[in-house]
Amino acid sequence: MVVDEVPAEVVDAVFRALADSTRRDILRRCAADQPSVSRLARAYPMSFAAVQKHVAMLERAGLVVKVRRGREQLVHTDAAAVERARQALNDLAATWLGRVERMSDVLATEATK
Amino acid sequence: MTITSVETDYDSLTVTLIADFDHPIDQVWELWSDPRKLERWWGPPGYPATVEKHALTPGGEVTYSMIGPEGDQHRGMWRVTSVDPPTSLQFTDTFADSYGAPLEDAPVSEISIRLLEHDGGTRMVMRMTFETREDMKRIADLGTIEGLRQGVGQMDGLLAP
Repeated sequence: MVVDEVPAEVVDAVFRALADSTRRDILRRCAADQPSVSRLARAYPMSFAAVQKHVAMLERAGLVVKVRRGREQLVHTDAAAVERARQALNDLAATWLGRVERMSDVLATEATK
Repeated sequence: MTITSVETDYDSLTVTLIADFDHPIDQVWELWSDPRKLERWWGPPGYPATVEKHALTPGGEVTYSMIGPEGDQHRGMWRVTSVDPPTSLQFTDTFADSYGAPLEDAPVSEISIRLLEHDGGTRMVMRMTFETREDMKRIADLGTIEGLRQGVGQMDGLLAP
């Protein structure tokens, strides 16, 4: 997996960044669109500075990139980075689904003995 | 067998899985309490497992090894936190060196299993949590080795209509 090539502290930053519902919402908005920080700030019942802080955390984690356009900073989600983080948790779920299926197989063989 | 739900929660770093089996609770418990049965399902396909120590008592250890397709050996161990047959088992799972001792830097996950009678069969609720996000990431890295990839294929099979 590509995550292997990413330094541990970056991966940690990714999970910290994702562990907040506002930041996850920002990721969704900035995947569909490329809003400016000030337009983003208007979407949440919190201060501009607070939204800016969330965006900065996402940026440090590599989940969003900021693009300067004129006097504005546009925020855009790095879809591949988000996908890698989700994949990590999904892989674990898949491991357990595999185990449960094999448990079921063992139970089935026991029954026919 | 039916998978009732699988949930992954980023906030609490938890995977929760609920599965319903048609079999009585004692038989489902034996999948955990009988080392010969446990080794038939714990490892991914292509990684046959051998359970060595198997002490399902508080503070007890369960050690296992898995041989991969390239002859690569993977060892792990549980430390049992609490056990109440046939309804609950809690343990930490981590990787071990070739002597079966826990690796110092290895990620640790906490696993809690509950079994209850349900609809004439048995419901199993599995919760897996991580101490840190770094632990989760390291386990997930291992989850991408060839053998575990097949788990994803199995999931597709299970969820297919």
